[in-house]
Amino acid sequence: MSVSPELIRNFCIVAHIDHGKSTLADRILELTSTVSKREMEDQILDNMDLERERGITIKAHAVTLNYEAQDGKTYVFNLIDTPGHVDFNYEVSRSLAACEGAVLVVDASQGIEAQTLANTYLAVDAGLEIVPVINKIDLISADPEKVIKEIEDVIGVPAEDAPLISAKVGTNCEQVLERIVRDVPPPAADREAELQALIFDSFYDSYKGVIVYVRVKQGTLKTGDTIKMMSNGTTFGVVECGYLRASSFEPTAELAAGEVGYVAASIKTITDANVGDTITNANRPCELPLPGYRKVNPMVFCGIYPADGAKYENLREALSKLKLNDASISFEPETSIALGFGFRCGFLGLLHMEIIQERLEREYLLDLITTAPSVIYKITKLTGDVVYIDNPTNYPDPSQIAQAEEPMCSAHIYTPSEHVGNIMDLCQDRRGVFKGMNYIDSDRVDIHYELPLNEIVYDFFDVIKSRSKGYASFDYELIGYRKSNLIKLDILLNGESVDALSFIVHADKAYSRARKMAEKLKENIPRQLFEVPIQAAVGGKIIARETVKAVRKDVLAKCYGGDITRKKKLLEKQKEGKKRMRQLGTVEVPQEAFMAVLRLDSD
Amino acid sequence: MKPVGIYIHTPFCASKCPYCDFYSGTPSAGAVAAYTSALLREISRYKGRGIAADTVYFGGGTPPLLGAENIVRIIGGISDAFNISDDAEITLEANPSFSLCELFKAVSFTQTPHCVNRISLGMQSANEHELRFLGRRHSNSQVSDAVLAAREAGIENISLDLMLALPRQTEEELAASVRFAHSLAPSHISAYILKVEDNTPFGHAGIVLPEDDSVCGLYTSAVRLLGEMGYAQYEISNFSKRGMESRHNLKYWNAEEYIGFGPSAHSFFEGKRFFYPRDTESFISSPQAIFDGDGGGEEEYIMLRLRLTEGLVFSDYRDRFGEDVPADYLKRAGELSSRGLLSIDSRAIRLTTEGFLVSNSIIGYILG
Repeated sequence: MSVSPELIRNFCIVAHIDHGKSTLADRILELTSTVSKREMEDQILDNMDLERERGITIKAHAVTLNYEAQDGKTYVFNLIDTPGHVDFNYEVSRSLAACEGAVLVVDASQGIEAQTLANTYLAVDAGLEIVPVINKIDLISADPEKVIKEIEDVIGVPAEDAPLISAKVGTNCEQVLERIVRDVPPPAADREAELQALIFDSFYDSYKGVIVYVRVKQGTLKTGDTIKMMSNGTTFGVVECGYLRASSFEPTAELAAGEVGYVAASIKTITDANVGDTITNANRPCELPLPGYRKVNPMVFCGIYPADGAKYENLREALSKLKLNDASISFEPETSIALGFGFRCGFLGLLHMEIIQERLEREYLLDLITTAPSVIYKITKLTGDVVYIDNPTNYPDPSQIAQAEEPMCSAHIYTPSEHVGNIMDLCQDRRGVFKGMNYIDSDRVDIHYELPLNEIVYDFFDVIKSRSKGYASFDYELIGYRKSNLIKLDILLNGESVDALSFIVHADKAYSRARKMAEKLKENIPRQLFEVPIQAAVGGKIIARETVKAVRKDVLAKCYGGDITRKKKLLEKQKEGKKRMRQLGTVEVPQEAFMAVLRLDSD
Repeated sequence: MKPVGIYIHTPFCASKCPYCDFYSGTPSAGAVAAYTSALLREISRYKGRGIAADTVYFGGGTPPLLGAENIVRIIGGISDAFNISDDAEITLEANPSFSLCELFKAVSFTQTPHCVNRISLGMQSANEHELRFLGRRHSNSQVSDAVLAAREAGIENISLDLMLALPRQTEEELAASVRFAHSLAPSHISAYILKVEDNTPFGHAGIVLPEDDSVCGLYTSAVRLLGEMGYAQYEISNFSKRGMESRHNLKYWNAEEYIGFGPSAHSFFEGKRFFYPRDTESFISSPQAIFDGDGGGEEEYIMLRLRLTEGLVFSDYRDRFGEDVPADYLKRAGELSSRGLLSIDSRAIRLTTEGFLVSNSIIGYILG
């Protein structure tokens, strides 16, 4: 039996990394007795190892809790945990759309950070009620007064009576729950209307197929119903629906408007259950889907190859498995002369790419070679044909190109004011167009630039961090394509072009990039039996050159009284080393060389 | 079965040279006698098997510290256990800082049918500051005296060891040492590139060796100079007058069999490699050889033969393994021949001087 909407509170928690979102979630779970302390694992919502290690949430999670409030009533809390990185902005927006309120957690000593701000604006835009909470008041450096003022100035919500808590030690956490009851509005819920349920997450279960997390906006969804995905019209029979408890699924007969839960409907592939899509009843459909759905498209592409060519099938299988749970990954087979058989993979952003690579290596024990990330370039040929290029190898000959365009982003960088100069230098250097600057408070600035996406996919985030002593952060969104003077840079080793090292670059950057690339390769390619020239070329023209000198001395002069084992061990060691090398023509190139070119600007 | 070589290790030194990684220590009272008995016991275990041997090599350490009497006893023990050929090469390593005159006479003029007939002297350098750097206590005149002593004892087959590419060594300094060695008219000269081993005083002190280019220059000039003086190179670090190659050491490089006795001594016998641990006391009380895997395989053979100027002779390979050198290896060797690192013809693959300097890489490259 569904709970009355009056007693339902749907909310999320918005916080910067390390400001205590997961810890607060843990406390809430404890206070609602959802999990006993004994069975409680720290930060139960971040249940992927990687999420815990990196301190970020990669996938959305949700949990239904019962809270006995001071007014004597029992409320149903649906806590929806949102991903915490700019790469997952769209998922964040869909999670927010499933809520009526957002608990804004701000570190009492650090104040509002860029990520918080970006997500808070998203929450405000989504019409959510903001419930500010000041965390970490137990720290000596805590300055709650300053942070309260900041929240009021920057976000424009009253914060003078915000709960002052320490999620770590548990201080005042129950105040947060009362505030949720009081300030987060109950869902508007017409349970008799045509069904509209928002998909805010989905994952693949090998027994039940795709399990969809939904927020029912109106109407009621029952077991046995035939449902329809409004984006593509596919229909499914609901096998099971229910509530999301902290450590289990709790089946129920129906999910009614205002409620959050899961649906299993023998959905075979995750692309049939896209985040943001609207589920309706196939027999009594609603007229319009919920607003805001868009198909998530990968923005950053790279080639992923198994270090050991024999592991190609394992890589395919691993990618397929990851894709079961992550509709935003794309991959298709590609072949490289240098690297053999692999896949061109698409990701939402660089972090997403790194996470997937790490999961492939860690969970599937694969040793990978990854090519430099690329964005999608839009090329108009002289024939009038328009092609989109995500692999530099396929870049058309310049003589066929009428116009080249590259994706542009609108980027906000939030930094303490003392680093403004450094950050602006960086943005200028990355071909940024200055759009404006806002003082958030006396010493914090929001710098707005338009930047080409290909200038930020490599290492922009890392460089921003290093140029601001770790304080600045940034946030971007795609704003479309812009005409650009692009060229393809080829790398030649020993006179032979290495396709996996080609990349597309703005003409103004070609020389400096070519030089850096050649230098990096020189550092990373060990001396061989003969000299290895490294050349960077545009068209047929060499624009940078380095040479890896030939090894001059590598000899065991002395024969140790018949101790052949020493020599044999040396030989074994050489062989081991070779396994980590790629033979490109006559040149042996270590895997690290392919990686190193990703970090051209890091020093 | 081909005759084997016998190696006798002497784990004793009066003092330890800072570059040396061979196993040795200062002998305690009674240790030499106890050690000799242990050696004789181990040697006697091969008795009655009819194993032929045609080389014996006393290495170390400092073999003269065994004393003439023990050396003669050990040769006797070896003759007793193995069938030693009449023309066997029996080498004694010696350190010129000792007075060797009496010793050489005692080990060469013996009643037994076999006696020492080759001396290998650790000359290392003819430059006083280099000798001091290397921790050697002898002088040039002691080297001449030692050579003379060997000749007086009727030993004509004399080898001198040189060390090259010492820190800041110039070509002139190296040439001076080579010329001095030549002036003593030895039949054989070894010239080793100095290597700093981790567990030696040089290793601990972080001695900085010359740049690779300079090492290569010194090595190349030593090879050239020795050649001009009539010492033909036959292995990376070994040079001799015609027909005077070290027969014992050639066994190592031809992957032929040898049996070593004493702590740290390695053996390759009946297809197996084994060695005694680096521990004199345990060798005396309970000697136990440790199995070190099968030996004599294709890769090992190629690795060793490419150290020789004679090179990897295809017919020898075929005789030994019943098949030809794999085509892959030949193809990769071919790739290197155009770069002056080796020559390849219908008969053999031979490394050039430049090739010897990068022989580890070449072997790795050829074997793929």
